[in-house]
Amino acid sequence: MSGPYSYSLTTFAPSGKLIQLEHALKAVQAGATALAVRAKSGVVLATEKKLPALAIPASYQKISVITDHIGVVYAGMGPDSRVLVKRGRKIAQQYKRTYGEDIPVKMLVRELASVMQEFTQSGGVRPFGVALLVAGVDADGEPALYQVDPSGSYWAWKASAIGKGMLNAQAFLEKRFKANDELEDAINMAILTLQETFEGAMTEDNIEIGIVSDVDQKFRVLTPAEIKDYLDEIA
Amino acid sequence: GINAEYGTPPHLTSTLNKQPNRFIMSIMEYNGGAVVAMVGKGCVAIASDKRYGVQAQTVGFDFEKVFRIQERTFVGLTGLATDVQTMASKLEFRTKLYELREERQMTPKVLAHLLSQLLYEKRFGPYFTEPVVAGLDGKGEPYICAMDLIGAQELAKDFVVTGTCTENLFGMCESLWRPDLEEDELFEIVSQCLLASVDRDATSGWGAVVHIINADGVRTRHLKTRQD
Repeated sequence: MSGPYSYSLTTFAPSGKLIQLEHALKAVQAGATALAVRAKSGVVLATEKKLPALAIPASYQKISVITDHIGVVYAGMGPDSRVLVKRGRKIAQQYKRTYGEDIPVKMLVRELASVMQEFTQSGGVRPFGVALLVAGVDADGEPALYQVDPSGSYWAWKASAIGKGMLNAQAFLEKRFKANDELEDAINMAILTLQETFEGAMTEDNIEIGIVSDVDQKFRVLTPAEIKDYLDEIA
Repeated sequence: GINAEYGTPPHLTSTLNKQPNRFIMSIMEYNGGAVVAMVGKGCVAIASDKRYGVQAQTVGFDFEKVFRIQERTFVGLTGLATDVQTMASKLEFRTKLYELREERQMTPKVLAHLLSQLLYEKRFGPYFTEPVVAGLDGKGEPYICAMDLIGAQELAKDFVVTGTCTENLFGMCESLWRPDLEEDELFEIVSQCLLASVDRDATSGWGAVVHIINADGVRTRHLKTRQD
């Protein structure tokens, strides 16, 4: 690429920071809260799904399936997350074609993080305005939860929150998290944590929950009916 | 060098410009060689001859065709020697990177799948080698498989063979193999199968090497054979 946009938008400031990344993080922080909790036998992803009154909830999904055994939720710009989900799906299938095995969560996260990093060091592009929470269960049964930032940094978490209510949610999780919780407890914990930062009444149509358990290693998004059951239990 | 008429029967080749004492071979028989792998009780064996030949002439007798690609996984390759070497090198490259990235060993099944991919990539200009994979997976289960030069996998529960004397090898293995062989028996049987087969093949032999892989490690033995 040549011309006025051939230089990278992410250039270092004298302070050593990449200003574009700081802005990208702001975009993430403006997004609806998303959180995740890792249990002994699986992982839960949960997020608010605040939509205008006339929008159809089923048409808008924040939680996506990347492979049978890996799911992802984002905070920030939805369209940016779609690009990453699409890339992640292809990466996972290419891995399967080459090795005949399902991609380990760690490897997929590494590749996604690498993609996000590319966009901080290329000409004419901007960083992704999303942080991702990637959850999955590997073939050996180990549940895994990772967070990936616009910069391409990634960490493994026992529990994490991103987006608008992340500070409150993280504080709540730090106090309440128990390492050997069963998946069911983790789901309840996730819902309670969402409630901490939720404005208004939580219903099965304005939150989304995805789970993956080591029993079948299949990631799936819960139906509104299932969410309603959990909400009724907690109420 | 390789004659352009390789693979053509003698009665259809030109009688002009023929050098004395030269015979036409197919590209897969140019160097010769034999590899066999067998499943035993909680172990696998993989063995090859050691001849390095150029058509009728032998130019080396330390050319082992079995390579230890992972801790408990071996790959044996026969066919054109340059492709044997190249494929072994490519596999080492890929498995080393895999080990570094994934922080774990590649299981034999995955290795075989990868090998199949590597071969199929060259579908219309293939590597002239037909490999055999033998190893133990993470749980200590034996795994063997063979492949043709474009990556078609053949899984087997008993034995797999490849090289220029596969007819001999199949006959010997079919007769001598039985399930649940203990290590020492397996060693005897795989050695007999290999030796009897290569002895009737002009382009295989000149020594042999046998690896027995079990949960504790690998035992390698070199066989003294007819040097012809």
